[in-house]
Amino acid sequence: MNLDELNEIKEKQKKYNQSFDSYIKVCVAASCKSLKSDQIKDAMREKMDEKCQVKGVGCLGLCSKGPLVSVTVDTNKQILYESVKAEDVETLFNATCKKEAAKLPQCSLDQPFFKHQQKIVLENSGEIDPEVIEDYIEKDGYQALLKVLNEYGPEEVVREMMDSGLRGRGGGGYPTGLKWATVNKARSDLKYVICNADEGDPGAFMDRAVLESDPHRIIEGMAIAAYAVGASRGYIYVRAEYPLAIERLKRAIRKARSKGFLGQNISGTSFNFEVDIRLGAGAFVCGEETALIASIEGKRGQPTPRPPYPAEVGLWGKPTLINNVETFANIAPILRKGGAWYASIGTEKSKGTKVFALAGKIENTGLIEVPMGFKLRDIIFDIGGGVPEGLKFKAVQTGGPSGGCIPEDLLDLHVSYESLREAGSIMGSGGMIIMDETSKMVEVARYFMEFCKSESCGKCTPCRVGTVHMHDILDRIAKGTGTEADLSLLEELCDMVGQTSLCGLGQTAPNPVLSTLKYFRHEYDNLIQKQEQPQVNQ
Amino acid sequence: MSVLTLTIDGQEVGASSDQTILDVAKAHKINIPTMCFLEGLTPWGGCRICVVDVEGAPRPLSSCTTHVTEGMVVTTTTGKLESYRKMILEMLYAEGNHTCSVCVSNGHCELQDKAQEMKMDHVRLPYLNQNMPMDSTHEHFGLDQDRCILCTRCVRVCSEIEGAQTWAVAGRGVDSHIISDLGTPWGESDSCTSCGKCVQVCPTGSLVNKGNAVNEQIKKVNFLEHLLQMRGQ
Repeated sequence: MNLDELNEIKEKQKKYNQSFDSYIKVCVAASCKSLKSDQIKDAMREKMDEKCQVKGVGCLGLCSKGPLVSVTVDTNKQILYESVKAEDVETLFNATCKKEAAKLPQCSLDQPFFKHQQKIVLENSGEIDPEVIEDYIEKDGYQALLKVLNEYGPEEVVREMMDSGLRGRGGGGYPTGLKWATVNKARSDLKYVICNADEGDPGAFMDRAVLESDPHRIIEGMAIAAYAVGASRGYIYVRAEYPLAIERLKRAIRKARSKGFLGQNISGTSFNFEVDIRLGAGAFVCGEETALIASIEGKRGQPTPRPPYPAEVGLWGKPTLINNVETFANIAPILRKGGAWYASIGTEKSKGTKVFALAGKIENTGLIEVPMGFKLRDIIFDIGGGVPEGLKFKAVQTGGPSGGCIPEDLLDLHVSYESLREAGSIMGSGGMIIMDETSKMVEVARYFMEFCKSESCGKCTPCRVGTVHMHDILDRIAKGTGTEADLSLLEELCDMVGQTSLCGLGQTAPNPVLSTLKYFRHEYDNLIQKQEQPQVNQ
Repeated sequence: MSVLTLTIDGQEVGASSDQTILDVAKAHKINIPTMCFLEGLTPWGGCRICVVDVEGAPRPLSSCTTHVTEGMVVTTTTGKLESYRKMILEMLYAEGNHTCSVCVSNGHCELQDKAQEMKMDHVRLPYLNQNMPMDSTHEHFGLDQDRCILCTRCVRVCSEIEGAQTWAVAGRGVDSHIISDLGTPWGESDSCTSCGKCVQVCPTGSLVNKGNAVNEQIKKVNFLEHLLQMRGQ
């Protein structure tokens, strides 16, 4: 496939997609699909004619109002129907054919949820059919790969990534360009690229949405990365709990291979790249890169101490580049539009946009993408629509079990890797769980510790045993039987487990406790001094 | 392999790049306590007792797995590190049922030795009292999971030295435990050669020879070094 052939497909698909009078796009990502949106799509598909196009698309964002159906009648007039039911199909289709709005619940597209987002990673999400490669090509898909293969040397790609300032979206925030440069410099006959799609934080579903809505974007990102670092094989490590993502990835890999974006001598160059899928069996620790590698190798999913980092000694002992789904999703746009363009978005140290999954006590549950530096308050109250049922906001938990709770008075912080760390939490992969005034913070800490306790792999003593004791102490305090001595032992355990654990899971396990102790210590004290009713039943 | 210099506890020492911090410290008679480490087996880095401070590292690193680099500045003993190590021991004691007075390994137990060496006089954590099973199906040996500290020396010696791969770890978190042949009783294991190496390397009274009374189980943990010397490794 060369650039001319690619553009030919692009133009052909564009012509086809513009040949209709009206368009119906039904969200068929996991959240809407769980509400039977695929049946709605199939029913409409049967009615589809040369005037009205019906297609399944990826996540439209506002998951709490699903199933969502987006309708375009004239080029600029868009209507978003919410909570569409199977019996609405007839009404909706007929109205659309007549270029009218159906009398069905509509979702305003002028609300901040849609207006205030800036989409790079999710640019095609809700726009293209994830199962049709031509749809992706129409949206400039695979342009970056062919451009890079034909015009750039690997070092130039790395330099472009350095210029972009992109940092790892998996949680750590390590500069992506630097990681690529290290693997690029490692000397080996064989190198690997791994996409970490083992999204495991409670309440996080960004990666799932990207994989389900725009799988080709990940394949293109991985291929560019492989070219830049000199790798010839890639693995996507995706958790088995994401069957839809896996199905779409498999199809996407097959299509990409048949079009010549994967395989031998891609685009007539000497670059070879193959991608395979490996399924995770549900262990949270396998999101940690060394444990993930062990799992791909067929071993027990346990981490090994770093250094050495996978960039030097990775999969089967070879230099390996591991990036997260969202990181790979940023690659194609960066190389299409240039590193400088990307670096112009965001804050000084945190560039670009970030996808967040809003969950918990918030009006608009769903997926959003905002530039780095966006005010936390605006994410929650403006885009998120605030806390429902007239209740008061209490805290937002970011970063999953490795993160922390941020209270109301810190809501004016501008979201970046640094600011969240300063506030005692982390960016993490982008999960945001909003809590209202009814949430009990000791109980929240206990919940996350229970998660870490059951997800600890058991290799190192501090995490294996320490999380059990921390959980038991939190449980005692929440039940009203904790003592002052318990609290000081808890603080000592937090320090010790965080400092001596082998991998990120144990090192960050104390964070939910530390942050709730920092901002809501009075809740702990009140329970210990019996001034408050126990937070859980005994 | 290249030659380099580093500083351990203020002392400038020479080393080669394939050595770990623990190797170099040992060579210079600097004591770093270890538990899961055993000369002759691949370092595991699991017990975390051998953690040391390395300048520039965000948190202590396990000295048995961290290779030395040029100009590295290592501190092996600080008040903080000692309190971490003591806490790890307390955790190991609270995790199993280590009642020395009724143990065959009493007086010859590495866990007990470590506790004495580090002056761990009491355990502040409540005992978990897990009801772990015993396996005495093997003709010559016994396994008491309650005394296991999951150092995985048995797993490693069985796979790396004996080549039988009888032992493995099952379960996760605090439910982790060692199993023979994917969970079949030890006595029925097809792969076990009954060589007894696992018993000899086990630091506690978890893997034992049958027929011993309290205090009688003495292990020859150093057989590995002789074995490696004989093999010229």
